Amino acid sequence: MHPIRKKRLTIVLFLLAGLSIAVALTTYALRQNINLFYDPSQITAGEAPLDVRIRAGGMVEEGSVKRDSESLKVEFLVTDFNASVPVEYVGILPDLFAEGQGIVAMGKLNSEGRFVADQILAKHDENYMPPEVADALEKASLTGEQSMPGSAQPATN
Amino acid sequence: MYPELGQLALILSLLLAALLSVVPLVGSLTGRDNLQAFARPLAAGMFVFVGLAFAVLTHAFLTDDFSVAYVANNSNSMLPWYYKFSAVWGGHEGSLLLWILMLTGWTLAVAVFSRRLPSVMISQVLSVLGMVSVGFMLFIIVTSNPFDRLLPNVPADGADLNPLLQDFGLIVHPPMLYMGYVGFAVAFAFAIAALINGRLDAAWARWSRPWTTVAWAFLSVGIALGSWWAYYELGWGGWWFWDPVENASLLPWLSGTALMHSLAVTEKRGVFKSWTVLLAIVTFALSLLGTFLVRSGVLTSVHAFASDPERGTFLLALLAFTIIASLVLYAFRAPVVHVRSRYGSLSREVFLLLNNVLLVSATLLVAVGTLYPLVLDFLDLGKISIGEPFFNLTFSPLAVATGLLLGVGTFSRWKKTDAGWLARKLLWPLALSVLISSAVMVGYGGFTPWAFLGIFSAVWIATATFWDLWDKSSSRKGRVHGLKRQSRSYYGMVLGHLGIAITMAGATVVSNYGIERDVRMVPGDVAEVGDYQFVFVDIGERRGQNFTAQYGSFDVMRDGKRIAELHPEKRQYAVGMSVMTEADIDAGLFRDIFVAVGERISDDAWAIRLQYKPLIRWLWLGALFMAAGGFLAISDRRYRIRERSAERSGNSASSQTGTQGAAGVVS
Repeated sequence: MHPIRKKRLTIVLFLLAGLSIAVALTTYALRQNINLFYDPSQITAGEAPLDVRIRAGGMVEEGSVKRDSESLKVEFLVTDFNASVPVEYVGILPDLFAEGQGIVAMGKLNSEGRFVADQILAKHDENYMPPEVADALEKASLTGEQSMPGSAQPATN
Repeated sequence: MYPELGQLALILSLLLAALLSVVPLVGSLTGRDNLQAFARPLAAGMFVFVGLAFAVLTHAFLTDDFSVAYVANNSNSMLPWYYKFSAVWGGHEGSLLLWILMLTGWTLAVAVFSRRLPSVMISQVLSVLGMVSVGFMLFIIVTSNPFDRLLPNVPADGADLNPLLQDFGLIVHPPMLYMGYVGFAVAFAFAIAALINGRLDAAWARWSRPWTTVAWAFLSVGIALGSWWAYYELGWGGWWFWDPVENASLLPWLSGTALMHSLAVTEKRGVFKSWTVLLAIVTFALSLLGTFLVRSGVLTSVHAFASDPERGTFLLALLAFTIIASLVLYAFRAPVVHVRSRYGSLSREVFLLLNNVLLVSATLLVAVGTLYPLVLDFLDLGKISIGEPFFNLTFSPLAVATGLLLGVGTFSRWKKTDAGWLARKLLWPLALSVLISSAVMVGYGGFTPWAFLGIFSAVWIATATFWDLWDKSSSRKGRVHGLKRQSRSYYGMVLGHLGIAITMAGATVVSNYGIERDVRMVPGDVAEVGDYQFVFVDIGERRGQNFTAQYGSFDVMRDGKRIAELHPEKRQYAVGMSVMTEADIDAGLFRDIFVAVGERISDDAWAIRLQYKPLIRWLWLGALFMAAGGFLAISDRRYRIRERSAERSGNSASSQTGTQGAAGVVS
């Protein structure tokens, strides 16, 4: 084979090898690490898988936050105003966590229907709502006819 | 009155940019010198008018002119003056203006520091930069005018700057990052100009090398500052979250690193030309992509100031146009280039090629992890997120592989390296690295394969770099003479490689040996973290200029001795009533001790985060080394010498350290 062609072939083979390793690693890692988002209605309807790391989000229901006085354990309800899911979390909550605010929780759903979170994300400032939460609330307000009196209307940003 | 003046200045600079993108280019294509002569004055005029607009906006902030909507949304009369100043780029419109100021600044710099370039080349480079400017100036004028007024209902006071952004980190992080992002526009402009006139030669590579290196150095510092800021201000002690916004800055950095190395090969050996051009285009496209991701509001983050669909669409169109136009040009012009140089399978060329393969793979990987959720969401296929485990799992092997390759490649030579010679060269550094990294593992206690690989790669890079320096500096006239003989660009490389070693060491150690504890504490409690005892002394109130704070006091003890007194705060800002956690950190070269106050659990009990972070400073120290290396490299003589003296061909082992020459050998 012509030396230049041979060189080109080596280069192409190198590139292909690198790319295929990257693609293989990527697909493998992706399969393991994708976290799907579920809103409270989907979770109460049993659509969310058990014991798989997922994300759940909605508003923290007013008056639902219960703190354990001896540890860092917190329990609260996350709602989309159609359905609520109990969430458990041990650790420090973000500064902007508050009742009536939108949050996203990462964690697993256990067999009792409780969401055991290992991470809680709150919005970064008072004007901003996580897009998933905004969507979930909008969806819920379309499907459910009732609107809770006195509750904050989901403002989309 | 002033704000209208600012807007007028912006419109004028747009007109100048439009002229700049057409006149010199036409002049260069038709060979009319009088048209080409417009390039430099137009570039200067563009910078002056954008500078004027920026000064007007700054003036509006410093004088609390709340009739300007942008000022009213992002400032407040109670803000200290330095935050009023940095609030200029604390929101979407202002940060875009800063971006444009940097772009015109770079354009002016190219115009000033390129006296010895052929006028055809410089006209085309400046024209391309003019086109980029037109795109962004249109964007700011049409969709994000920072000078919009709130008349006649002028608010009495502003809505305040987001407290997260009231910090020294915000004053410096965006300008550094933008210098990097925008700097790649210069490399892009050189690549496009080279494609237009078909002169993809070693001279082109030598011209665009220093610009790429400077942009890369700024970007390195910008990313490090962002990570540092997140660590103490936002992240409760985390330093990298694989957040899409962080990834947006990492993408151009990775491909920019590849570009720097590929440019070196193109300059010295005249090969990889088409690949280098493509990388230059891709790197700038990734900078634009980063801007799109951060500024369009498709992402949930502290950087997503506003989600105005019009802006997203405009930026996406700009991105698509840039990529398509450059790739079409590339498709038509790149194949003209022929390669006449040969190199063996263990040559430095091949090692640098592998470096590029790894860096580009890493770029692709981060791009997939960042964009895949967005694409799925856009196509309505569900909302997913891809978290840290994905990136840690895939990025770490590539980083380790790059580190191992770097050590070997340091000893390689252009054209051909003898395998037996290379193996013998590697033996001692290898033995030394195994020894040192084992010692480090024992020192920190606890072996994990990843920790070992990470530390080993870092030590390996450092050992190989020093070994090579020792080899090269041996001289009959003595060591000092030998060290002096090395070029600045060689020392730049040494610093850069030591920097990546330092960063890798820091990242590995802090991820594997750091300790983090969240505890419930009442005043008087003692908590143990590693070898340290944290005594919660008390918590009281404190008033700042625009906030009140819960002010905690902690004593940190080790072996019965008090080594630090820390005062973490929980701040409540008067405007907007937002709450901010201010951690307190006892910083050290070898470890940080970190205390942050969480929420109040009961009357006297608080949630407290305590952390021991070994070598975390090394993460950012490494970036400073890299940047210093970049600046040192561009101060090399050969970029300043007017006429290249006696060209030497690059066949000797010293060619890589050769100060000049080796360029232009092959067409």
